Amino acid sequence: MALDKATVAQIAALARIRLSEAELEPLADELLHILTWMEQLNEVDTSGVAPMASVAATGLPMREDLVTDRSCRDEILANAPRTARGFFVVPKVVE
Amino acid sequence: MKDPSLLALTLAQARDGLARKSFSARELARAYNEAVSEIEPLNAYITPTPERALAMAEATDQRLARDEALPLDGIPIAVKDLYCTKGVLTTAASHILDGFHPPYESTVTDKLWQSGAVMLGKANLDEFAMGSSNTTSYYGPVENPWRHRPERQIGDNRPLVPGGSSGGSAAAVAARAALAATGTDTGGSIRQPASFCGIVGLKPTYGRCSRWGVVAYASSLDHPGPMTRTVRDAAILLRAMSGHDPRDSTSAPVAVPNFEAALTGDIRGLRIGIPREYRADGMSGEIETLWQQGVEWLRAAGAEPVDISLPMTKYALPTYYIIAPAEASSNLARYDGVRFGLRVEGNSLDEMYELTRAAGFGAEVRRRVLIGTYVLSAGYYDAYYLKAQRVRTLITRDFVTAFERVDCILAPTAPSAAFAIGEKTDDPIAMYLNDVFTVPPSLAGLPAISVPAGLSGDGLPLGLQIIGRAFDEETVLRAAEVLESAAQFRHLPSFVAGGGR
Repeated sequence: MALDKATVAQIAALARIRLSEAELEPLADELLHILTWMEQLNEVDTSGVAPMASVAATGLPMREDLVTDRSCRDEILANAPRTARGFFVVPKVVE
Repeated sequence: MKDPSLLALTLAQARDGLARKSFSARELARAYNEAVSEIEPLNAYITPTPERALAMAEATDQRLARDEALPLDGIPIAVKDLYCTKGVLTTAASHILDGFHPPYESTVTDKLWQSGAVMLGKANLDEFAMGSSNTTSYYGPVENPWRHRPERQIGDNRPLVPGGSSGGSAAAVAARAALAATGTDTGGSIRQPASFCGIVGLKPTYGRCSRWGVVAYASSLDHPGPMTRTVRDAAILLRAMSGHDPRDSTSAPVAVPNFEAALTGDIRGLRIGIPREYRADGMSGEIETLWQQGVEWLRAAGAEPVDISLPMTKYALPTYYIIAPAEASSNLARYDGVRFGLRVEGNSLDEMYELTRAAGFGAEVRRRVLIGTYVLSAGYYDAYYLKAQRVRTLITRDFVTAFERVDCILAPTAPSAAFAIGEKTDDPIAMYLNDVFTVPPSLAGLPAISVPAGLSGDGLPLGLQIIGRAFDEETVLRAAEVLESAAQFRHLPSFVAGGGR
C-alpha cells in the first residue's frame, strides 16, 4: 500500500486538523508504519464472522421521550470561548 | 498535623479507624492534603482540591458524630482527570479543554461522594487517556515513585514512567498521597500502571460502572474502575462505583453484589486457565518466572491450573489499535472551539476548527485521530474497521470457549517493569506493545485485575493479572486476594509521602 503526503493532507482535512507542509512527510511515514503493522489482520479468516460493535449484550434501551433536564443554558454557555445574548458565537458562515 | 501512620493505612483500615473514632476525617484529610503537596515533584495531580477535601471531611465528621456513617465516609480519593467534576477544572490532560469547568458531575464520582468519599484532587493522565506511559499529558509527564535499586542506578538513574494512562492515579496511591483512586481502562490503562507502581488495579466488566460524565476516548472499550493498595480495598471501592445508570445506554441493569463478602480466601477446586499464547516473544525471563510462581501459589491454595489456548491473542493489539482510534476520531470531533475549551480564531468556521484542533491536540492524540479517520474513510472502512470488528468477535469467542473449561485466567499484566521517561517514544508501536496482555480482555469486556506479585531484578514492581467471566468480579477478586496473600508484597517505593526520598 502507499500513503503519500496528499493522502495525509486529505485525512487531516477530514479530521479538521491543520498540518503544515513540513509535518506531512514524517506523518505519512509514521502512519504507514502503523497501518502496515495492522495488516497482519489479513492473516485471519473472518468469512462468515459478524462484526462486533459492542460487548454489551442488550440492544439500546428505550425510555420515555421526556425532558429530563432543567434549563441550564447559562451554565453551559459559561464554558464557551465566545457568547452573545445567550448564543455561541462562531465565525460568519453565510455570505 | 502530620502523622505518617495515617498515610500507611489501607482503605479498609481507615474506614474501621474512622468508625472507632481513633482519628477524625479532618485529621485524615489534612494528612493527605499535606501528602499531596509533598509529592508535587511526581506531577501526579493536575488540580489538587485541598479545601474541598477539608469541607467534605467536615461533613463526614458530623455524620460520624451522629452515627450515620456512609460506606466510604472520610476516605480520601484521587480522581483521574477524565471524570467530570462539577465546578472543578476537568482537563483530560489536554490543552484543548483549557478552562473547562463541567456543569455536571460524572455518575461514578457522584456515587463516591454520595458514599461519603473525600476528593483530594484531579490526577494526571495521558492526554485523553491515550498512552501507556503518562508522557503524553499536556501538563507534563508523571514520575513513578519507584526507582531502580541503588546498585543498579550506575549510569541510569533516570526517572521512570508510572505507566498509563491512569499514571497520576497509580503514582498517587503508591506514594501514599491518596488512599485510593479512580482510573479508566480502555486497553490496559488501569492494570498496566497498577503493575508499574506496585498497587492493585481492577478493570470491571464493561457496563458495570457507568461511563456517563467520563470524557470519552473509545466508547465500546472505556471502563471506569478502582485503583487501590489492596484487593479488599478494590472490592470496597468497586461496590461504591458500580450500578445501573439510565444515562449510559451501555450500563448493565444488573445487581451490585457485596464484593468484599466474596473474599473468602477459599479457592479450592477453582480452575485457573494458563493461556499458552501469552508466552510472547521477548517476554523477560523474570516475568515468565513470576507467572510460574503465581501458578504455584494458586495451586498451593487448592486451585487447579489448566492449560488453555487463546489462539487470537496475537491479533488483539492491531485490532485494538484500529477500533480505539476509530471511535476516538468520532468522539473527539466535539472539540471544535465552539462550546468549551480552547479556541484559535480563524477567518472561517472550518479554519477555526482546524487551527483549534491543531493547537489543542498533542502528537499522540493527533496520530490516533488521523488513523481513526483513515480507517473509517470511504474505501478503507471494510478493509480495516470492519475487519477489526470481525476479529474482535473471534477474540471474544476465544474467551467464551476458554471459560467453558476454567473459572478464571492467570497471566502477566505487562511484558516489562516500568521503563524510563523518554524511552519507547520514537516508535509508536513499541509503546503499543505494552498493552499486549491487557488488551484482549478489554476487547472482550471482561473483568481483570492486576495484583503486585514481586520485584524485578532492578527492584521494580511486577503485577500478575487475573481475568474472569463477564460480571463475575467476585471470583476474580477472591482469586486475586489469595494471590496477594501468597505474594506478601510489602515493598515500598523509594519516594513515599511522610517517608522522604
